[in-house]
Amino acid sequence: MTSIQAPIVDARGLERRFGHVVALRSVDLTVRSGEVVLLAGPNGAGKSTLLRCIAGLTRPTRGTVRIQDQQLRLDPAARSAVGFLSHQNLLYDDLTARENLRFAARLHGLDAVERRVMDALDAAGLTQRADTRVGVLSHGMRQRLSIARATLHAPAVLLLDEPFTGLDAMSAELLRTGIADDVQRGRAVMCVTHQPAEIWQLATRVVVLDRGVVKADMPRPPALEDFLARFRQLLAA
Amino acid sequence: MTPEFDAIDRIMRRGRAIMLAGLLAVAGIYVVALRYTPPEAHQGLAFKIIYVHAPAAWAMEMAFVLVGVVGALYFWLRDPRLDVFGEASATVGMVFGTVLLTTGPIWGRTIWGAWWAWDPRLTFTLLLYLLFAGYFALRSALRDPVERARFGAVIGIMGTVLVPFIHLTVYLFNSQHPLPVLGRPPCPPDKPGCEPSLPWVLLKPLLLSFGAFTMLYVGFVMTRYGIGLRDAATEARDAE
Amino acid sequence: MTVGRAALAIAAKDLRIEWRHRTAFATSVVFAVLVLMVFVFARDQGSVSLTTLAPTVLWVMLALATVVTLNRAFLLERENAALDGILLAPVSATALFWGKWLANIALVMVVEAVAIPLWVMFFNVEPSVRLAGIGAVAVLAAIGFTAPGTLFSAMAVRTRFAELLLPVLLLPFVIPPLFFASQATVRILGDAPAGDIWGWLRLLALYDIAFLALATMLFPMVMDQ
Repeated sequence: MTSIQAPIVDARGLERRFGHVVALRSVDLTVRSGEVVLLAGPNGAGKSTLLRCIAGLTRPTRGTVRIQDQQLRLDPAARSAVGFLSHQNLLYDDLTARENLRFAARLHGLDAVERRVMDALDAAGLTQRADTRVGVLSHGMRQRLSIARATLHAPAVLLLDEPFTGLDAMSAELLRTGIADDVQRGRAVMCVTHQPAEIWQLATRVVVLDRGVVKADMPRPPALEDFLARFRQLLAA
Repeated sequence: MTPEFDAIDRIMRRGRAIMLAGLLAVAGIYVVALRYTPPEAHQGLAFKIIYVHAPAAWAMEMAFVLVGVVGALYFWLRDPRLDVFGEASATVGMVFGTVLLTTGPIWGRTIWGAWWAWDPRLTFTLLLYLLFAGYFALRSALRDPVERARFGAVIGIMGTVLVPFIHLTVYLFNSQHPLPVLGRPPCPPDKPGCEPSLPWVLLKPLLLSFGAFTMLYVGFVMTRYGIGLRDAATEARDAE
Repeated sequence: MTVGRAALAIAAKDLRIEWRHRTAFATSVVFAVLVLMVFVFARDQGSVSLTTLAPTVLWVMLALATVVTLNRAFLLERENAALDGILLAPVSATALFWGKWLANIALVMVVEAVAIPLWVMFFNVEPSVRLAGIGAVAVLAAIGFTAPGTLFSAMAVRTRFAELLLPVLLLPFVIPPLFFASQATVRILGDAPAGDIWGWLRLLALYDIAFLALATMLFPMVMDQ
């Protein structure tokens, strides 16, 4: 690894308004290969909006987002660099697990679709349920399938929006293993969560967002308790 | 009061002045039309309704075409004020449409003996009116002003392209609307069936009333535009 | 990823979901037959014969059944925010529009393929080569209904009143193609000269081209959140 790496995510002067409500104001953020960024902040701080802007789903009112030096909103082909796990699972309940992944693989223009889909189902522990309709899968299984969907195309950056909500212990462990694995391969991860404990040991950096502004951007403190005390201080200020 | 609100107030004040002048002009034209001009040769007194009907049609079409024009501009410039103007123009278009759709049947009842004869121009007006009713229905169901602006612009552009097709449809369907009274060729003296061009004494108030309705359009839109700007500015201030 | 391949993948996915429970198809066919019934019972039996009424009923039935079918397209994407999944992929909004439109037109044509024979039966239309002509008109009209319909359903679905808003937005755009199609139908059934029928079909085709092009152009603006 070189000491100076090109950033995977480079957001500059991001501002997003919904009508007259300002969700983000002038956010600058760069994320490099191998980083796991924990995004913390109270409800309505703009965390989800920030992830959606980076994923190219929401148009920033001002500012630009570059992913590996490409602007997703100008160049749809560059979108494959992003994997996004939303708090909704983005799956079709009337399709089977296999069909859902196959559709995602086709949209991403992947080759060897069937083999990739099989591998992903295997990694998610869903080989037995591959031909079951998603609508009748358990919540945990759907969540695992959703993770498989988000990472199927091997994105350079993985954006996670509340990934641990409602996840059973086994699925949460699977997700953590996956993240550790991603980092090993030089990917970047950004994670919004209300349960920082779930990902604390993996995180390398913590960003605190409040009312659309970056309040703190620091390397992960060793102890979660220290951070939580600091977090409360920041929000009170 | 901030400078922003002051500027909006100025727009509204000017709008109200123009509106008032327009209303006075229409009233004046009617005094002239009812008191000092002779009844028209074929239609008699019913003809007088033309002084609101024809210019209202002109104002409505202008209003709706401008919604399409600012819609196209919106996708280029993305200025939220364009949408405020589009909404103002559509609202005023609906007002003139209402004038058309009430005066039309009143006149039709006298001349054709039927309130509604599926005459192309009135039917055209009704279809446009319904199209813009959909425009307002969609807008009222959306919360995000940016989305409202984008969707409003899409409908404005779609509507503008639909206009020639509606024109074609209603004309192919049925036609008994009197020919436009302007620019008709003069009658040769030996052709008895030919309808002459409008005599100057009747034409003059009509031309003046086109001017008066244009003023009314400008006045109404400026006032409504000001209201829209003020609402947006108030909301922005409250959101801070 | 080419536009064509992405569009086909999206259309195939939509049709697979529809095939799984066939709700939109079955409901639209039942709805079409009910519209037909409404006309038959609301008519003055003494003065309006079924033959006179036939072309009118055909087009009211097909237009309304189409509007009912169209909501499906983006409602199914709303479940679990699946639309985000498509927007995250390296696929242009144009491909999404064409995929949705292809699925819509395929579904509408299947509904027509069932509804038109039912109309032939209920209205005692004499089966002949004229029906092939009516089928061709129905395809052209379906394009004219679904092109603006696909665009508007993507907007209507962003509100809580999608089922109500779509017909209100779409019906003004249905009237010109409906008129051209019904004029063509009357002439086909009345054995009018071919040139006369062609004139109406050309108008219909012109409408189709204009609105397919315009809807394709405007759709990216609708998706641009």
